[in-house]
Amino acid sequence: MGLWLTGYAILMFKIGVILTGVLLLAAYLVLLERKLLGRFQARIGPNRAGIFGLLQPIADGIKLLAKEDVMPRGAHRRIFLFAPAVVTGTALLTFAVVPMGPDLHLGGRKIPMVVTDMNVGLLYVFAMASLSVYGVVLGGWASDSKYAMLGSIRGAAQMISYELALGLSIVPVVMLAGSLSLVDIVQAQAGRPFVLVQPLAFVIFFVSAMAESKRIPFDLPEAEAELGSGYHTEYSGMRFGMFFLGEYVQIQVLGALTAVFFLGGWRGPFLPGPLWLLAKIVLVVTAMIWIRATLPRFRYDQLMDLGWKFLIPAALINIVITGFVMVGI
Amino acid sequence: MRKWVWIVHSLCTGFYTTLKHIFRGPATELYPEYKRPLPARSRARIILTADPDGRERCVACYLCSAACPVDCISMQAAENQQGRRYAAWFRINFGRCIYCGLCEEACPTSAIQLTPSFEHADRDIMKMVAEKADLQVNHCGKDGNYNFYDHAGVADAFRPKGGHANEAPPVNVRTNMP
Repeated sequence: MGLWLTGYAILMFKIGVILTGVLLLAAYLVLLERKLLGRFQARIGPNRAGIFGLLQPIADGIKLLAKEDVMPRGAHRRIFLFAPAVVTGTALLTFAVVPMGPDLHLGGRKIPMVVTDMNVGLLYVFAMASLSVYGVVLGGWASDSKYAMLGSIRGAAQMISYELALGLSIVPVVMLAGSLSLVDIVQAQAGRPFVLVQPLAFVIFFVSAMAESKRIPFDLPEAEAELGSGYHTEYSGMRFGMFFLGEYVQIQVLGALTAVFFLGGWRGPFLPGPLWLLAKIVLVVTAMIWIRATLPRFRYDQLMDLGWKFLIPAALINIVITGFVMVGI
Repeated sequence: MRKWVWIVHSLCTGFYTTLKHIFRGPATELYPEYKRPLPARSRARIILTADPDGRERCVACYLCSAACPVDCISMQAAENQQGRRYAAWFRINFGRCIYCGLCEEACPTSAIQLTPSFEHADRDIMKMVAEKADLQVNHCGKDGNYNFYDHAGVADAFRPKGGHANEAPPVNVRTNMP
């Protein structure tokens, strides 16, 4: 019983630390993005709240909490209220399988630096990514607005088509690591990160993950110019904040997964594991901000062409080649 | 193949361009900390200037009020002991003013002028209404040495007949008889 309680306490502690860290990081990634985007456009970015605008995320949070939560008259009440939680929740849940560092040994007890080491961790990640589509679709549908509806239809089409490329691009990594567990995948990169062995898979993964997170240049579901703001047009206050938060948590998930699958996860010299993971997440996010500052939005047919006619065939060819190389070796 | 070279090339150019801007530094001027000196002829708050003698220029001719497209200028004309017209009261509603400068163009005496000072926003709308005392200044504004009465051609206590600029001295019509 005592053992069980200790284990439970440790688990709760880990969950608490990860949730706090992820939410805090999400808030400050917004600031990082606004600052960096400003610099890319020869502006300054937010600098009024606190020094260097460091209190800006808190100010934004207070503003969102204090705003009125409006619901359209024709909206489907329950689904409308529920949809933002799906997006944020699934994004947060993905972090359960991301390994943060090597096992700790405290008082003769082995504490893995991951909330849960699932042997089907990868499938779990994709399951969560697929579920987050529901948040977008339900949110858009329940809003009873044509813009939200169009946005969510686009979102569903885009996320489902890019999920294929996303999944297929990871198959070579699984073949190399010989496991679906994220912990084992990081272990398999002890010698060299997989980005050196699988550059094509890395590119496909990164592009389709960006499409999955609905960011510029893949932000068709929330295209401001065409759809107001797409599937969350009708949301306001903290419910909009949940969508926003979910998006930034999803970006972190993306950074963490890119780090785990291709950049060696928490592995790195000198610094402790969690710091390396953090550094790699921030690196990936910075790259995404750079892409956002540079590329315009795709047209819908270009988006579908890129996914179905280029990324998926390329991923399939990559799997075949990897297979031949592995058998040859 | 050609297409691919083109795609990679345009991607690289794009990313290089944005990267360059990071090192260029921001072009933003932080407003309350740094106030850009505005050109003397930029149009903002309206003043009523004085002539070089220090007397008020405004002759209450209503031309500015008539020219104003948003009808934000109102006044009441009066006449003093020396026979000069002046505005008994003069009121500009800055809540309405669009700073177009038409009043300044219409003014025959250079009395009403727009200045570069623009920081007079207020939460209380009644504070946007400026009375004559708020508008009057004791300098000539942009028109340094123009005095309307030098050119008016109207004799008064300060300038007798022939005392105006470019005006010949009065002629005794009787000596000029043929």
